[in-house]
Amino acid sequence: MLRRTFLGVLGATCVGAALPTGAKAGGKEFKGYPGSKGVLFDATRCIGCRKCEAACNKVNNLPEPEKKFDDLSVLDTKRRTDAKTFTVVNKYNGPENPVFRKSQCNHCLEPACASACFVKAFKKLPNGAVVYDESVCVGCRYCMVACPFEIPTYEYDEPLTPRVMKCTMCAPRLAEGKLPGCVEGCPKEALVFGERDELIKIARQRIRRNPDRYIDHLYGENEMGGTSWMYLSGVPFNEIGMREDLGTKSAPELTAGALAAVPMVAGLWPVLLGGIYAVTQRNSKVADEERKEAVDNAIARASAEAEKTLSEALKKADVANKRQIEVEVKKAVEEALAPKEEQEENSEKEES
Amino acid sequence: MSTPANNGPKSAFSTFNLVAGAIIIVGLIITVIRFTQGIGSVTNLDNNNPWGIWIGFDLLCGVALAAGGYTTSAACYIFGLKRFHSAVRPAILTAFLGYALVVFALQYDLGRPWRLPYPIFYQQGTTSLLFEVGLCVMLYLTVLFIEFTPAMFEWLGWKKVRKVVVKLTLALTIFGVVLSTLHQSSLGALYTIAPSKLHPLWYSPYMPLYFFVSSIAAGMSMVIFEGTLSHKKMHHMMDEEYLKHHDGVVLGFGKATSLVLFGYFFIKMIGLAYDNNWHYLTSGYGLLYMTEMLGFVALPCFLYAVGVRDKNLGLIKKAAIITVLGIVFNRFNVSLIAFNYHLPSSERYFPSMMEIGISVFVVTIGVVVFRFITTRMPIFFEHPDYKSDH
Repeated sequence: MLRRTFLGVLGATCVGAALPTGAKAGGKEFKGYPGSKGVLFDATRCIGCRKCEAACNKVNNLPEPEKKFDDLSVLDTKRRTDAKTFTVVNKYNGPENPVFRKSQCNHCLEPACASACFVKAFKKLPNGAVVYDESVCVGCRYCMVACPFEIPTYEYDEPLTPRVMKCTMCAPRLAEGKLPGCVEGCPKEALVFGERDELIKIARQRIRRNPDRYIDHLYGENEMGGTSWMYLSGVPFNEIGMREDLGTKSAPELTAGALAAVPMVAGLWPVLLGGIYAVTQRNSKVADEERKEAVDNAIARASAEAEKTLSEALKKADVANKRQIEVEVKKAVEEALAPKEEQEENSEKEES
Repeated sequence: MSTPANNGPKSAFSTFNLVAGAIIIVGLIITVIRFTQGIGSVTNLDNNNPWGIWIGFDLLCGVALAAGGYTTSAACYIFGLKRFHSAVRPAILTAFLGYALVVFALQYDLGRPWRLPYPIFYQQGTTSLLFEVGLCVMLYLTVLFIEFTPAMFEWLGWKKVRKVVVKLTLALTIFGVVLSTLHQSSLGALYTIAPSKLHPLWYSPYMPLYFFVSSIAAGMSMVIFEGTLSHKKMHHMMDEEYLKHHDGVVLGFGKATSLVLFGYFFIKMIGLAYDNNWHYLTSGYGLLYMTEMLGFVALPCFLYAVGVRDKNLGLIKKAAIITVLGIVFNRFNVSLIAFNYHLPSSERYFPSMMEIGISVFVVTIGVVVFRFITTRMPIFFEHPDYKSDH
């Protein structure tokens, strides 16, 4: 009985290890650092003036753009962030007027880039910012593959010291008690900086007060496990270039299953393979022994038969020999007697 | 003009040497450009497409096709299939070179390649599946090197060291299988972090399992394929023992691969059903997916089975080629073709000539080193001093 229970437990463990989903303890969910900061972007307030881009460029000491920031013609083409631009505003067609949407790093609560980085170059700070440490970066760019918002960019033209570049939520300025550059530069209060929890309340209030103006969804509250930057919009988010199919699972949750299987494989495989080895060794040993036994038997049988044949042959030979001797003796006797008989015959003839 | 290929010293200017030499020169030129002008000057990579064929082909395909090392040594030493013994050394050598070239090719793709030891020795990002890949590949490369050394020691005549290493065979084999299971599967697991970027027909929580199982088929097909090539080019280096067992190895591996491919097809279908993705089959990507599943999994599975039944070695070798191409196709689909499927075609990636050039360069180096080693060391033959010593 005990053995059966043990086997059952073993079986259950194997199945559990093989399952790809959540080996993490249930209910363990990271809701962000308490009091961490964030930014709320309201697309209904943004006028596409690019003042935030200009401010970002200035406070981060980024190189001058090709076209000046007051040249709004760049809004006609779709742009994305790159190594020299941490934030861009794009123009989309709304039902009546164009809608503008700012994009930059969303500073996830559980960032995909940090979870994907194999040297821990990315870090989520308690104040909400996701920052990057170029002094350890190997340049594998897995962070760029992992990021669902396509934010991290790379200095592809730097031969020896390329860096991953992205918005830092102005972490150095936050440390000095200042606002992020873009928030400070926005003339229409389309950007609000504050505690994330407060921002959620503000956003809900805006939606409640103007239900006609807003879509009833705060983008970033739960997307990919939640982000520190959140968005309000008057048009569906997929119409302003934001994916609505990202789900609410954070990046670590997506890879937890695969990671959890690692120690199980490392633990079970040697035992399993060692067992298979032992069985095959045993099998070949048994096979060897059986073969040896069979060969021995065959030899024994063969030699017995050979002996039997030999003895029979010997016996036959014996008989034949005896016969031959008898014949020879008889012959010799006859031969020996022949002259005598001849003599007798001759003397008989003489007598008569 | 035409000296028989297998007799006497060959001219240094054989067709092979000329072609290989030209490729290597071009490769070196691109190398200089890469390390003086940056990755951007030689590749079509951009911010949306950070990984190109240097990852898709050199890393993903390279590792999968080098899987012959662990499959063959496991078959021989763990599962006790001694008749595959003659295939172990070529497979180990191919695997060792394969992994060494993966690491070599990675130097081009990494922004700061000299920091490659950082994740292991300086600061460990243990939440990353790439960390697992890196750690396992490093350890497995070491294991493969040690597994390869007996051939080298025989060549050098270092009997004592060789004896010590040979005693480690079983432990190394088991360690090798554990490491291979982990990193073959974690290459698939790399993509589990990006469900929004990989087409649902390829994205699955089972990806680690898919990568692992398909690597077994790839590894064994590669042993058959590479054995066939070697047979043509390296025949003069093979001893009777190797030649005697060659057909048996092809048949045995053909049978096993057929079964593995069948299992692979089956679990792929389970994944499709699990996520209920059937409706995607009628889309354009569905056509691509079906080509992969029917043309490069089901077809070679069938051909292998028929080939084994009829003892038709030619058919088995054809099936091996299809399987090898199929694994390349699959890894390309996951990493390049079905990856970033949501982007408009103008933002999609296609490799530049120089990127392809480096990949060809890397493969060429592999072939040259393989020839160098197999013409000198006891790979396809048993060293006369160590006959029947296993």
